[in-house]
Amino acid sequence: MATSTGDPGLSIRRLQGSPRRRRKETVVHGILGSAAGISLIVSLAIVVALIGQAVNFLTEVDLGQLWTSGWFPRSGAGEYDVLTIFIGTVEVSMIAMVIAAPLGLGAAMYLSEYATPRTRRRLKPILETLAGIPSVVLGYFALQVINPVIVQSLFGVTSTFTIMAAGIGVGILTIPLVASVAEDAMYAVPGALREAAYGIGARRRAVTTKVVFPAAVSGIMASLILGFSRALGETMVVAIAAGATSGATRHLNPLEPGQTMTGAIASLAIGSDQVKGAGGLNPFDSLYFVGLLLFVFTLGLNLLSERFVRRVRRDY
Amino acid sequence: MAAIAPTQQVRSTVELALQGRKRDVAGRLFQAGLLLSLLLSLAILIVLLGTALVDAWPVLSTRLGDFVTSNVSRLDSRAGVRQGIVGSLILIGFVAVVALPLGIAAAIYLQEYARDTRLNRLLTTNIRNLAGVPSIVYGILGLVVFVKALRSVTGPDNFGRSFIAGGMTLAVLALPIIILITMEALRSVPKSIREAAYGVGATRWEVVRSHVLPYAAPGIFTGTILSLARAFGETAPLLLVGSVTGYLSSPTGRSPLEILQGSYTALPTQIFSWSRLAGDGWKANTAAAIIVLLAIILVVNLLAILLRNRYDRKW
Repeated sequence: MATSTGDPGLSIRRLQGSPRRRRKETVVHGILGSAAGISLIVSLAIVVALIGQAVNFLTEVDLGQLWTSGWFPRSGAGEYDVLTIFIGTVEVSMIAMVIAAPLGLGAAMYLSEYATPRTRRRLKPILETLAGIPSVVLGYFALQVINPVIVQSLFGVTSTFTIMAAGIGVGILTIPLVASVAEDAMYAVPGALREAAYGIGARRRAVTTKVVFPAAVSGIMASLILGFSRALGETMVVAIAAGATSGATRHLNPLEPGQTMTGAIASLAIGSDQVKGAGGLNPFDSLYFVGLLLFVFTLGLNLLSERFVRRVRRDY
Repeated sequence: MAAIAPTQQVRSTVELALQGRKRDVAGRLFQAGLLLSLLLSLAILIVLLGTALVDAWPVLSTRLGDFVTSNVSRLDSRAGVRQGIVGSLILIGFVAVVALPLGIAAAIYLQEYARDTRLNRLLTTNIRNLAGVPSIVYGILGLVVFVKALRSVTGPDNFGRSFIAGGMTLAVLALPIIILITMEALRSVPKSIREAAYGVGATRWEVVRSHVLPYAAPGIFTGTILSLARAFGETAPLLLVGSVTGYLSSPTGRSPLEILQGSYTALPTQIFSWSRLAGDGWKANTAAAIIVLLAIILVVNLLAILLRNRYDRKW
């Protein structure tokens, strides 16, 4: 504090502090605020970039090309059957959730309700390590291990690339996300609820399934929705293990190679961006359109999960 | 008046109900099932590492040194990952220089300065949603903004497919995650610490600078390390901003800016392109590159976890 002013009494000036300090405060405030504003700019940039380029593609494409027998952007006629890659995406994500939902929720319940603080501290890094594995590694794993060892032997198929293997790989990647969000939700359930249940003689299993689970059900839903959204957007596992890089016909069989929205973007990105297709249409530009769809889907799911999370917060 | 003595049957029923059955088989099975689902994740990790090690053994056992120090090659017996490692490190440097300060500053604003206004709530929601956007969509953003629109800055001779474009894309991708992690760490510092500082007349920035940040630092540090490790393994967005074609251009006789504007490659992209090549030699190379990538990421993760356990503080 400046004491050199020689003013021993109390004045408004003294209470406000020295001008230098206040100026510094304003400057710092401005810097930090503009840093926060940049995130807004980034998200606007994403939307503008996607919409602008996607509209470009949509005005050039013949709308009949969006509803054909398959996704073959680089074929002579240029077939952009959106339903094909949408089905592939949903298939992969559903298979992923069949893996990730039970394993993730089971792990979350154990960590939140059964593990002592010490085991919790020792076991949690397992999930964190799994979360740190890059998806390209899981893609290799899906292609070299999951497909031959699990998919081919279990379902008796011979294909090197299957949607099933990609889905299982994506599921493994999704486990840590589901587990950590669900665990947060269950851990946040107040101890009083548990104690009340123990007080009337409930066992731990009953407390977990009949008290904690219902109390945390919003957060658990949120974890599943977030997991699904993450699975929708997973790229590398599909690009490596689902095959069908040049395109795929519309089908519902998960034991065949297939194409997802992310996989379609990736394989378009690897190819040239200069080759013109039929009618002067550049197949490369379709990736903006697919990207926009993907963005809209995942954004919708994330907003939905945020709703569920907020409901938990309101209850307690 | 005879006291109403409980019959034997009533007594045993009550006692049984009070004690509970000694062995709760279903409960034990349930617990075992839950533990199993956690341990299965561990088993997956071990199998994954095991197969990668076995597949990579022909390379690791004969030419690990060469593999790490030599460049990409058409011959599987001579290909190495030096360019990938160097490229990935430069990209991560970008993330650290661009996204770390920006992200931490934004988090401080949102957590410590922002009042609960509509705009600020919108900002926070927006950042949470940005963190959930698939990484490949960031790749498209990078393609439109850094590769196409800013071509003259990012890589004039190179169709914009340069370190700058790749690094900026990864930085934009990591930014919301860094903000969220930092906000979380700041939130965990109790109010009383701040109030103590305000009580002796500190300004808001002085409170943050001298009281909040030091206590939140370990959390911010570990969180950002983890997010850098994640960016290190990120592949999908780099496919769109052109690292798959990439050969690291040779640095001789070029200025640092020219190198950053030059074509590039990254370790994960190298793994991706090798995984699509046929033959046992390439399979071994892919696995060996995966081992190198995992070794780097797991060591960094381990460091972060150890740091957190060391400095974790209960309020």
